[in-house]
Amino acid sequence: MKSITKQKTFDEIKEQLDGLDKVFIVGCGTCATMTKTGGRDEVLGMKDSLQEAGKIVSGWMVIPTACDEMTEVALKENSGAINSSNCILVMSCALGVHKIGSYVDKVVIPALDTLFIGLENEPGNFHEVCAQCGQCVLGQTAGICPLTACHKGLLNGPCGGTNKGKCEVDIMKDCAWTLIHQRLEAQDRLDLMRKYQPPKNYQATPRPRTIKIV
Amino acid sequence: MTTRFKEALNSGQFVITSEIGPPKGTNIEKMFHHIDLLKDKVVAMNVTDHQSSVMRFPSIGGCLAIKERGGEPILQMTCRDRNRLALQAELLFAYTRGVGNVLCLTGDAVPVGDHKEAKGVFDLDSSQLLRTIRQLESGKDLGGNDLDGAVEFCAGAIVTPEADPIKPQLLKFEKKIESGAEFFQTQAIYDLENFAKFMTYARKFPVKILAGIVLLTSARMAKYMTENVPGIFVPQNLIDELAAAPKGEALNKGIEIAGRMIAALKKDSVCDGVHVMAIGREELVPDILAAAGL
Repeated sequence: MKSITKQKTFDEIKEQLDGLDKVFIVGCGTCATMTKTGGRDEVLGMKDSLQEAGKIVSGWMVIPTACDEMTEVALKENSGAINSSNCILVMSCALGVHKIGSYVDKVVIPALDTLFIGLENEPGNFHEVCAQCGQCVLGQTAGICPLTACHKGLLNGPCGGTNKGKCEVDIMKDCAWTLIHQRLEAQDRLDLMRKYQPPKNYQATPRPRTIKIV
Repeated sequence: MTTRFKEALNSGQFVITSEIGPPKGTNIEKMFHHIDLLKDKVVAMNVTDHQSSVMRFPSIGGCLAIKERGGEPILQMTCRDRNRLALQAELLFAYTRGVGNVLCLTGDAVPVGDHKEAKGVFDLDSSQLLRTIRQLESGKDLGGNDLDGAVEFCAGAIVTPEADPIKPQLLKFEKKIESGAEFFQTQAIYDLENFAKFMTYARKFPVKILAGIVLLTSARMAKYMTENVPGIFVPQNLIDELAAAPKGEALNKGIEIAGRMIAALKKDSVCDGVHVMAIGREELVPDILAAAGL
């Protein structure tokens, strides 16, 4: 799993830090390092930017995997610097922000926007492939999720906005249903696409979604 | 309720429908004018539903205006802005107010419109909306609950005969028929030979097909459409014909082309009728029909 993030504008980060002058920065060694949004280099870059903006950076660290249990230990090791700060600026996805917030009684500020759960198809190219809907349809759609890959999340085939295999919203993006049709045709399984798909159950797991594994 | 539109479709006559675009705002006089101009010249008038994802006066409001002024409305309903509760509620309302024809569309994407940050709903798609209508007709809602009073609609959908690639589009067309579509209004067509091929295929199905006729207003507009609008192909000879028109005459040439296409479709009984879209130039529809000899 890769949690794909994008750094917020520095103006937005500064706005969130209004009145919080002493900052401890936390990066993440996993997804945010791979997306170059919260690795060592970005954390150090943020440290410089904050200092230039007049903030005091009390310390920084890159936790191996911010959403992991070990985060608690890593935070404890830096408790001195953290306790002397007004807040922790977290350069990980929202999972890390939550995890850190659950261990430390400090204001936790996200420096990143969490965009989607995706795969890296080519170096630097990340694609959303799963919307985590709770009712996987990949078995009927030749392994391409229409809920994710179709802009409108349509379940019964393409809309009229498809053009030469591309999407009306962005001609750089493929039309999911053209791809699904191609693959199913090659597999001689087009009957799957002919089958009517009823309205989706958007409450398969009502939000907020939780599950207890025993 | 068997609507006037449905009766016309079943009568075997060549059915002409047109389109009303509601205003962006509350000045509805122009829309009334268009309705009055067209109500006796066409069998029915579609009212667009936030066309191109641009917020406007609602489709149902335009349909009620058509009813009040003695015309026959076709309610366009997209799935972009309402979830299944709101869509069903509007169908109940439309039925009680005598709006008996519905065109079911998925709807354009939100980012192409003028509220680019809005949430696109798409809780249902066009096939599912068609089935929703048939479900409401059975006296039950989508949740399986009994209705206190059911509905009855003449329901249709759209198809894009020039879609590229065409196979996924035709598969969806067949799905819409299985879901209860009785009629289709097509995306604009200009290549009559290709459309005739589509009709040879479409005739296998028990549905009425009205060919989409969109007025070409200039060579530039025709070129833009063929290059940029999904599912629209304007043959080069038509673009050349518009370009060759004397200065200030391109619009008249466009009217002539639209009229000529309608006349040809009618003469050879290629399809069951036409849906004339003048997109903001509704006052020209009578001229197009006159050019077609209608």
